[in-house]
Amino acid sequence: MNISNQEYGELAKRVSPPSAMAKTIPMAFVIGGTICVIGEALLNLYGALGLDRDNAAALTSLSLIFLSILLTGLKLYDRIAQVAGAGTLVPITGFANSVCSPALDFKTEGYVLGLGAKMFVIAGPVIVYGVSASVIYGIIYYCIKLFSA
Amino acid sequence: MDMFMEYFWAFIIGGILCAIGQVLIDLTKLTPARILTSYVVAGVILGAIGVYEPLIELAGGGATVPLTGFGNLLAKGVREAVDENGLLGAFMGGFTSAAVGVSAAIFFSLIAALIFKPGTKVNNNA
Repeated sequence: MNISNQEYGELAKRVSPPSAMAKTIPMAFVIGGTICVIGEALLNLYGALGLDRDNAAALTSLSLIFLSILLTGLKLYDRIAQVAGAGTLVPITGFANSVCSPALDFKTEGYVLGLGAKMFVIAGPVIVYGVSASVIYGIIYYCIKLFSA
Repeated sequence: MDMFMEYFWAFIIGGILCAIGQVLIDLTKLTPARILTSYVVAGVILGAIGVYEPLIELAGGGATVPLTGFGNLLAKGVREAVDENGLLGAFMGGFTSAAVGVSAAIFFSLIAALIFKPGTKVNNNA
């Protein structure tokens, strides 16, 4: 191999991931996986209490959202998020945190345009694109049903 | 043993979905807001083409807890609403199935914001 230092540097940068990723990805995996295991345990608990599958799933989401918002209020969620990265962002707890966090931070700017409006800084786009995607799917699904019937 | 495998798959699939999010953050500079939005839309698409339900069969909470599961729930709600109400259902199902999650997040956040004091900003979600 006969390459200059500069070429070697570029090559090394291309093949080796930034060393931070060797830590961030496993942390996201483990903490995200753990939150899902807690969700699975709650699903089983509510199922054992006699709820049907859909209601048990809804109550599980509600419980995780409650816990996430409690931890956000206690300033613990963001501390976990600093090491967990996407591990605390991707689960529904991350969505709840994204609603609560700006609501809390912008409370000082008033209850309507501060707390009330800023609550949707992140949740807003999620709802806009999520619901729009579901409407498009609904229309497509309706047409497919119409023509295949 | 069945019980163990259930939790094993919940951990693995949930972990993988989060690890993918982390890879996207580290490599593409996608902001967390865009990650959340993409996950929900991806969940709607995966639910629409029918690949998400089998994943839930396998992984339970590992598939329903990540936001792709929320997207799948939107798709499922719309499908059921269209079956029941025709085209109007396309405009009903999404909000119906998202109702619990969104209402809970809004209501608990309001209560928390009223009770707790704003803290030092360590949040990097925006």
